[in-house]
Amino acid sequence: MVGNMEGTASDAPVIEFRHVGYTWPNGRPLITGLNLEVGRGETLVLLGRSGSGKTTTLKLINRLLNPTCGKVLVNGVPTAETDVIHLRRGIGYVIQDVGLFPHYTVARNIELVPKIENWPAERIRTRVAELLELVGLDVSLASRYPHELSGGQRQRVGVARALAADPAILLMDEPFGALDALTRHQLQREFLSLQKRLNKTVVFVTHDLREALRLGSRIALMDAGRLIVVLTPQEFLRSREPLAAAYAQAFEDGFADAPREPTP
Amino acid sequence: MNLSQFLHQNYDQILELTVEHLWLVGISTLFAVAIGVPLGILTARRQVWNRPVLGTANLIQTVPSLALFGFLLPVPWLGERADRIAILALTLYALLPVIRNTYTGIRGVDPAVVEAGRGMGLTETQLLFQVELPLALSVIFSGIRVAVVVSVGLATIAAAIGAGGLGEFIFRGLAMVNNQLILAGAIPAAILALAADFGLGWLEKHLQPR
Ligand SMILES: Nc1ncnc2c1ncn2[C@@H]1O[C@H](COP(=O)(O)OP(=O)(O)O)[C@@H](O)[C@H]1O
Ligand SMILES: [Mg+2]
Repeated sequence: MVGNMEGTASDAPVIEFRHVGYTWPNGRPLITGLNLEVGRGETLVLLGRSGSGKTTTLKLINRLLNPTCGKVLVNGVPTAETDVIHLRRGIGYVIQDVGLFPHYTVARNIELVPKIENWPAERIRTRVAELLELVGLDVSLASRYPHELSGGQRQRVGVARALAADPAILLMDEPFGALDALTRHQLQREFLSLQKRLNKTVVFVTHDLREALRLGSRIALMDAGRLIVVLTPQEFLRSREPLAAAYAQAFEDGFADAPREPTP
Repeated sequence: MNLSQFLHQNYDQILELTVEHLWLVGISTLFAVAIGVPLGILTARRQVWNRPVLGTANLIQTVPSLALFGFLLPVPWLGERADRIAILALTLYALLPVIRNTYTGIRGVDPAVVEAGRGMGLTETQLLFQVELPLALSVIFSGIRVAVVVSVGLATIAAAIGAGGLGEFIFRGLAMVNNQLILAGAIPAAILALAADFGLGWLEKHLQPR
């Protein structure tokens, strides 16, 4: 099931949704009857068209939103029973808009949580250097401000910031969605090698099947607030489930319709 | 005697009244910031407070200043000293721009930035002081600048109730139909307003987040 061998060390799910529902304050139900488990060290991709409830599902994990029914458990403990600040400090969060603090340098963006957690200055300094290297950024960028960076560099800083306090869980909401195709491809590759080294439990949101197939150890397909199926990338491409099949078909059409070089 | 000679001869008194004027404006601005910024933060955080708070501040602005000074005269303790009344009235007038700009500044912070901060586990207080206020600072400051410039003008009216300030020359000049006296109050007041506008504007530009 899970690609990583480490996944077998501890079988208890790191994140678990039990009969979770979410209704907006205006009474509009969005998520209904969600049951889902995320295992240690796996990358679970939430795939679905926009408006299907992926972001909402992600925010239910770090309690940016609270379920209106059911429970979300992190490390076996219902999130409603944990201190929300403590919960969030243990979960890295990366969003498409990055949301870097524009008034802070790259270094200060990255070191904010370690600083708040009162790490010693020396440890913070080495950590920032280590993280910049980890996400493929030159140390000289540490003193730059976010507006002095390219989109790809900003997203890398976003990842470094999320990893700063070494959380075991990483939530990523279409982190590469706003990047050009080449940069996105490169960041996906770096994500894979990073994940191989760090073995975080990752929940990754995307609407792009190609990205889901490439990065996910499992793909959770969502539609209109419901979880349709959870499949490995290999299973996904063979699935007879109508929506999954439609995705797979659209994916194949993308190749079939592409103009080809005439073969000599 | 021409104006410049007049100004020269009354240099001491002009200086004294200018200092008095600055004191009225300075103290009332401090109060307005101390009250207005927290109220602005409250309205930005709790939307339900928005209407009552901004509505009241707006209402105060519609009361003519001379009338407001008059209303406050019979109030015990306050009415004992004219400068207390003047400071309270100036504070009340200065509240609206301070509250409104604090509200606008905080609401104007990129939601993605706030969400990222909250998502990484900042407490609401940390979010406020590390993210929202620094990013709203230049907008808040431009509200304070408006408040100061308006106060410098309004404070001239405080002389009508005997609170001092450059308005004394103006009122005396009006009573004696003496233009030089009026100008001796009006010119320094105008210079003060311009200087405050320029100085605070310069500061504001340097507070701009990147
Ligand atoms: N505050 C809100 N009140 C009501 N509905 C909302 C609110 N915010 C978002 N929505 C709705 O929820 C859905 C978005 O869910 P979301 O989890 O963001 O989807 P996804 O991330 O898959 O695109 C949309 O249909 C949107 O209109
Ligand atoms: Mg989304």
